[in-house]
Amino acid sequence: MTIGSEDVLACRDLCVSLGGHQILVDIDMQVRRAEAVALLGANGSGKSTLVKALLGLVPISAGTVWLFGEPLSRFTQWQRIGYVPQRGQSSVANATVREIVSTGRLAHRRAFRRLSATDRAVIDESLERVGLSARAKDPIGILSGGQQQRALLARALASQAELLVMDEPLAALDLDTQKSLTELFGTLTSDGLSILVVLHGLGPMAQIIDRCVMLRTGHKVYDGPLEPSDANGTGGHHRAAPGPEPYLPDPGLVRPLDTGEGH
Amino acid sequence: MSIFALAFMQRALVAALLSGIMSPAVGTYIVQRRLSLLGDGLGHVAIAGVGLALITGWAPTPVAIVVCVIGAVAIELARQSGRAPADVGLAILFYGGLAAGVLMAGISGKGSGVLSQYLFGSLTTVSASDVIVVAAMTLVIVTLCLGLAPQLFAVCADEEYARSQGLPVRALELCIVVMASVAVAVSMRTVGLLLVSAMMVVPVAAANNLVTGFRRSLTVAMGIGLAVSAVGVIGSFYWNTAPGATIVVSAIVVFMVSTPIGTLLRRRRSLTSEDDPIVRAAGGHVRTEGTTPATDRGSSEQLPDFPISQMERKADER
Repeated sequence: MTIGSEDVLACRDLCVSLGGHQILVDIDMQVRRAEAVALLGANGSGKSTLVKALLGLVPISAGTVWLFGEPLSRFTQWQRIGYVPQRGQSSVANATVREIVSTGRLAHRRAFRRLSATDRAVIDESLERVGLSARAKDPIGILSGGQQQRALLARALASQAELLVMDEPLAALDLDTQKSLTELFGTLTSDGLSILVVLHGLGPMAQIIDRCVMLRTGHKVYDGPLEPSDANGTGGHHRAAPGPEPYLPDPGLVRPLDTGEGH
Repeated sequence: MSIFALAFMQRALVAALLSGIMSPAVGTYIVQRRLSLLGDGLGHVAIAGVGLALITGWAPTPVAIVVCVIGAVAIELARQSGRAPADVGLAILFYGGLAAGVLMAGISGKGSGVLSQYLFGSLTTVSASDVIVVAAMTLVIVTLCLGLAPQLFAVCADEEYARSQGLPVRALELCIVVMASVAVAVSMRTVGLLLVSAMMVVPVAAANNLVTGFRRSLTVAMGIGLAVSAVGVIGSFYWNTAPGATIVVSAIVVFMVSTPIGTLLRRRRSLTSEDDPIVRAAGGHVRTEGTTPATDRGSSEQLPDFPISQMERKADER
């Protein structure tokens, strides 16, 4: 496998061991420009670890990761990547929502410099896009779980990234908010943004997902379009996992596309 | 005022005010990283530095700074490498520092009693060179704490996210711990090594009660640190008490007063914010043709609006 020029993220033979346990085994995958890829799998299948390994947040025991064509160890353009971690990370309870979202601009800023007018405008816009403008001055600690999740999303949007890596970004949100944000993601991908998103269930996100990768106990067991019957229809860049009988996503987990349009 | 005609009082006051600004500045990050008791441990390590200075005859403040920084770096590197010393390991380091300091003070022939001026602070012992060291260190530390505030804050708020944005997280974490150890060592003349940790924690806790926002609480904490240091030094002259104890008791009084004031302020804020218009974000630019879910039971017209109902808002504010 070589890295295509369209690949914003790729990994080959990626292995990760944590505490003596092999968490990920020989993972090959890629995300192309303007593509939305869902990472699916049961609890403990290694989804979050894979996402962290791809961003260099957990040590890799074997294999290679490329970000925007550059090997991970040499990659420095972090402003091109926005990350939404799983909620429940430590956060400073007294910090305002705006201060948390402002940290999304850090990869663009130099040390000892104040926020520029552009930074400020982008932060305001990101807050507005997730519907938190009115709560910008409130301490993050008093917000509901869903609102905190949206603040983390706004932080990633503020980085104006070309690739958004999200770990269950819609988990704490009600259905209507999930739909609104899915529309936002849809707009962003049609503008060229790539998305790699860990999902527990697809929900409204199914509308915008181009491809899904499924993990089971650290192995990639499926890589292809959402609907199995769609595999030949969309042809081209979709690729099923090798092996005589690839595991297909659990039908209960992956709801078939309603309209099948994607992008 | 007559007491400021005394040269030693001038020096003591300047040194106390400087460390009163510096300690809460570093302390803001220490508290956010939940390392409130680190300063206390580093104070014990600094005692070994004082003991070493007594034996060798070197100036105590620079020696204490060096020993304290070495101790802090050792602790932080062990933590970062994953071989985090269990609290037992930390305890051994801290008590080892204290015991070594007392032992060396005894060997120097000056007896361990001489240490008490470093443990609780002493107005009369602040030398001119101490003031210069304190001033230089305050300048460096306050510049770093304010200038690198966005980066240091990001590391404290969400270490993993900070790493995903390419920040040198390990270096920044080391920076916080080194700044803390310097703040501890230079404050030993005025606040004293046993109480110095309080100046990193109490003004910050009081500021967090009074104001919202990381940046504002950093500024307010530095202001509180400055004020209680002035009150403490002047008070200790008139009441003939140890300056460290006077400064810390003043800080705790401020904290106690700030608690009910903070509750009142928060109640007022939440009352006014209840009148805020409900945000209707997402309207307009989120919507794209063809992405509206077909399964939606007729509510697709309202899709761009976030369903932050009045009820949800009120429930949040409770």
